[in-house]
Order: sequence, then C-alpha cells, then structure tokens
Amino acid sequence: MMSEFRIGMLHSRIRVEEKLLVEAFEKRGVALDLIDDREIVFDLHQPQWKQYHVILERCINHSRALYALRILNDWGIPTVNSYGVAMICGNKLETSSALVRDGVASPRVLVAFTPESALQAIESLGYPVVLKPAVGSWGRLLAKVNDREAAEALLEHKETLGSYHHSIFYIQEFIDKEGGRDIRSFVVGDETIGAIYRRSSHWITNTARGGEATGCPVTPEIDRLSLAAAKSVGGGVVAIDLLETRDGRLLVNEVNYTMEFRNSIQTTGVDIPGKVADYVLQVARQSGGHAAGGPQ
Amino acid sequence: MAMDPECPECAAAVPLSPETLVGEIVTCPDCGMELEVTQVNPAVLQAAPEEEEDWGE
Repeated sequence: MMSEFRIGMLHSRIRVEEKLLVEAFEKRGVALDLIDDREIVFDLHQPQWKQYHVILERCINHSRALYALRILNDWGIPTVNSYGVAMICGNKLETSSALVRDGVASPRVLVAFTPESALQAIESLGYPVVLKPAVGSWGRLLAKVNDREAAEALLEHKETLGSYHHSIFYIQEFIDKEGGRDIRSFVVGDETIGAIYRRSSHWITNTARGGEATGCPVTPEIDRLSLAAAKSVGGGVVAIDLLETRDGRLLVNEVNYTMEFRNSIQTTGVDIPGKVADYVLQVARQSGGHAAGGPQ
Repeated sequence: MAMDPECPECAAAVPLSPETLVGEIVTCPDCGMELEVTQVNPAVLQAAPEEEEDWGE
C-alpha cells in the first residue's frame, strides 16, 4: 500500500547507501523522489518543493548540503538532517565548541588564527599533536605533527597554499588510541542503534582510508556519550566517532551528519537504512501529516 | 538493461544490473576507471567526478 507521504532525497551521486535507502523506503510504500543537487536552481523568492513532507539530505558535498538545507528549512520544509545539524557537524571547530559547551567528553582543542599563535598553541600542547582542517572528511588533510620543524613547515604551507579556511588552525590533542582502533556509533533519533570498531595500522582509522570495521557492543557508556553528542549537535541521524584513551576514557572525536553505513550493516547486524527510513517517516508524521505547502 | 554501455576511457563493455539508477557509480572491469551512469535505457557512462575538498560524511 502506497504511503500518503511525499519524500524527496537530495543527492549528488547514488552510492550504495542511497540505493539501500531507496529500497528501504519502497518497502514502506514510499517512492522517493531523487533530487540531484547538480540540477537544482533555487529561486529564494519562489519557494518550491512544498509538496514534500520531508526531504532526506544525502549530498556528498558539505557546502551544497549546508546551503540547500538552509534554504529548504527557511521555506518551512522539514529535512533530515536540519541545517543547524549540518552547520555544526560539517565543521570540526563548531562541533568541538558545541561538545565542550555541553560538557561532552572530547579531546583538548586549541584554535589560533596565525602561524605564530598556532605554533605557540602547538608547543603548549606538546608533541605529537594533530592538525585538521575545520571542514573536511574521510581523514583528508589530517596531519600528525611530531616536532617543531614539521609544525613550522605545515603552518606555513597551510597559510600560503590554502584558502582562508586553512588559516583557521584547529589543533587537537593527539590521542594514542587503545589497540589502534576507534569506535563509530550510529544514532537515529534518540537511539544508539549500533556501533563498530574501526581498526587500522595507520593512525587514521576511517574506513574510507582502509580502516577495517568489526562489530562493537553498545555499552552503557558508548550509548550515553553517543546520545549526549547527538543532542549537543542538534540530533537526527548522525554517526559519532569515539576515541578510547589508554587510561580507559571515551572521548567524542567528531560527529557526521550524512553518515556512510555500507560496511556497518553486516557488522552491527542492524538494518540501518530501515531505521533511517522509519525516522524520516516519523519526521513526516510530525510535520502535521501535511506537506510544507499546507494541506492539499 | 539493453546493450552493455561502453567505457568512455577504454571502450570496454561495462555490464550493468537492471536496477541501476541514474547517478550510480560503477567501475570499468577492464581499466578500473570510476564511471557515473548519466542515463539508463540506453545506459550512458561518463567519468565520475573527482573527489573535492568538501566531500565526505
């Protein structure tokens, strides 16, 4: 039986995740409208897409997702996730600031705006230290800085070569991860639906960089910290990266708002696309059951 | 899917499943090039866009 809800999915390319989501919605009687972000033209004065009860965002570009969500939310169209969540999660500095504000355990972060002050900050933290671009994903452009010479060179390169973003120096305490692994947990709404370990011989454990995923039990501590982190960034459908320190603490490293989960369905044993579809339908129901344009 | 489309890079035939969607990414079995399906029935392939600075999760 076909659902009464009209749901769009904003995408760039169709990855495994998007195909799984299309299937999950079909099982629930919803034929997703696929909206390719490369074909969109927004006329801010002429709100469109009012026929949708909710739009699921699955862009691969953070910048496109961010501004599309801003416009859609300002047109009164509910989205998963919201512009606010994308704005915080898409920028590590925003994320860290929100986590610290809400007392969610996370690695120490220092921020500086010039190579000189950044070097001072690095020296105060001590080596090794991690430099990251505020905006970036998949472990891209991360640097583990082991000494002063490397720090000086890197800071100069970042200032000279990059756009202004790269002169916002996000300097993070290096966490010597327990067993060369980190944890990724998946939060949908108010439930931690599953978690995986990501193991790598390299200090960057992203599966996009070859990290290997294995099942991880959702302990009460992982659950509590994951839900706190999700709440801190605004909630919705998010993936939390957690670090285990050698002295047994758990820290939230970052939060992802367009989560990839192809390697995590089997390892968690959880129907992740199904859980996401159920949550999106819940948001559709909560929108009063009528599309953003009002009852038709 | 009618005839298998050709890889724009090496002209090899690239088999596609009937459920292939426009926008999907496939890999050429011969040259390994990442390709995007830009049309179905008949299927058309084009080199997939390169990773950009703000790509990610």
